[in-house]
Amino acid sequence: MKLHYHIDGGDFVNAGKASSAVKGVLKQLNVPSRRIKRVVIALYETEVNVVAHATQGEIEVAIDSDQISILVSDSGPGIADVEKAMQEGFTTASKEVREMGFGAGMGQPNMKRNSDRMDIQSVPGQGTTVRIVNELKD
Amino acid sequence: MKELKEHTGFHHALKVVDELCMGCTHCMTVCPTQAIRVRNGKAIIIEERCVDCGNCCKACPVSAILIEQDDFEEIFKFPVRIALLPSVLIGQFPSRIQTEEVYRGLKSLGFTHIFEIDSVVDLVQQGYDAFIQNTLEAKPAISTFCPAIVRLIQVRFPSLVDHLVRVKPPSDMAAIYYRHKMEAAGMDPESIGIFYVTPCAAKIASIKSPIGELSSAVDGVINMEYLYNRLWHLIATNEMDTDGQVQTQHITPKGILWSLTGGESKHQQGRCLAVDGMANVTEFLDRLEEAEESNIDFLELRACDEGCAGGVLISGNRFLTVERLNRKAANQQGEGCAMRLDAAFNEELYGLDKIQARSMLALDPDRKMAIEKMNRVEELLKVLPGIDCAACGSPTCRALAEDMVQQRAELTWCVFLQELYIRDKRLSLEEADEINGQIWGKDRKYRSQSK
Repeated sequence: MKLHYHIDGGDFVNAGKASSAVKGVLKQLNVPSRRIKRVVIALYETEVNVVAHATQGEIEVAIDSDQISILVSDSGPGIADVEKAMQEGFTTASKEVREMGFGAGMGQPNMKRNSDRMDIQSVPGQGTTVRIVNELKD
Repeated sequence: MKELKEHTGFHHALKVVDELCMGCTHCMTVCPTQAIRVRNGKAIIIEERCVDCGNCCKACPVSAILIEQDDFEEIFKFPVRIALLPSVLIGQFPSRIQTEEVYRGLKSLGFTHIFEIDSVVDLVQQGYDAFIQNTLEAKPAISTFCPAIVRLIQVRFPSLVDHLVRVKPPSDMAAIYYRHKMEAAGMDPESIGIFYVTPCAAKIASIKSPIGELSSAVDGVINMEYLYNRLWHLIATNEMDTDGQVQTQHITPKGILWSLTGGESKHQQGRCLAVDGMANVTEFLDRLEEAEESNIDFLELRACDEGCAGGVLISGNRFLTVERLNRKAANQQGEGCAMRLDAAFNEELYGLDKIQARSMLALDPDRKMAIEKMNRVEELLKVLPGIDCAACGSPTCRALAEDMVQQRAELTWCVFLQELYIRDKRLSLEEADEINGQIWGKDRKYRSQSK
């Protein structure tokens, strides 16, 4: 099954709506709760990144009986050094964003920790595409 | 068509009285687990989903949802008859009614001993401390005080069951503690009957079908509403048995307020939160599941507004009850006068076993089938009106779609689609009448004309 969500840059009010909706779906699909939690955290962190840094983004979710695949693509500044961005504590978030409790530099590490496979492609000045694939079976 | 009511072995204290139920939608739309449907003009409770919170009971305009209780005369089977009282029983009376009068009333009704449940909260606290320190794997610890919340987490938030503090609630703990005390004093175990005076339905269910323990230490449950009436009658007619002195038990301020919202959380370590009301709790647990709040240490969750003061069997106004108990706690001469417990927390006696998740959300145990059903639900939602009128007998359009994929409802049950079908001549008026009869009872539609 396929799901689609749109994210607006700067819309912190609605950051987390997609991960919450995906959680609801996975519960109904009888996915073990530990697996659901990983998906939700990984997706939530991605959503927050798009809201904090990009102008807008799209989330495409595909679910089959064995795995969930999430593709998040945004239009935004892109990431100059993806490897550096993966380090714990590294952040380029503005003071404003950090004051809202986001941007502590844990986003990407959290995404990686909670996904079975993760891939980030980025073109500076254009945008970033994140692909997350998680197994749904125990 | 599949039956809605499957026997699941879960004991519920809430029962629909068909003779009284007028088949409206009030209970169905307030149920936090969507456990109610209307069929043949009567509400039906789906057993595996019900968490006994009592929302339906509070919402019913004709008091058709009955809270089951033990026959009061049962107490007389025992020579030693113990009443276990929660503070809110006394709290709901106007302040001119002294605690002594309530005790005297209970003695007049036949109880030989009266113990206040909230006398054991320090023992509960010891259990909390031990569990949080030694066993809890991930923060936050979630209180097991409210049985409706424990069940809600089991059925709707299965990922959070390991956060539940596995310590018996004060009611069970008090039953065990006082039973031991009486037996130690040389009383015949067979002669002791312990009766819990309950402010809610969930407590009854948890005693009749305990979670995390094999059997309950309580011998029977007395509905607080019933007792309130009997006590008022005695007080009003002054028919009280006034012989002998009545010694009331001194409870610490902590104990007096423990069952109210905030009563537990203010005594726990770290960042603690108290949330009450089923809708509020559900909203917060949803958030917690999404791991947005990982720095909370302790969560006190209560099904009822204002905690036990808002229990469905509490007759007094909940805000006045809270106010009276707050005053009582403030007047208590320090903690020194309270009874000291001559026991320490003992896991074997006072702990709970692991609490199992039993999610009722999955559309099918088989993932592939579940995806198929989910896709069909989404397709159906495109056709359904989306105004959640509940006239189909299911609480929302989504619930109807889910019922349909489980073969428990049909698309023609939607009153909006019915009209389209009739216009397109795919359904006759007679057929529509027949369908509506299955949901709302035969001739319900014409009720207004027969008045």
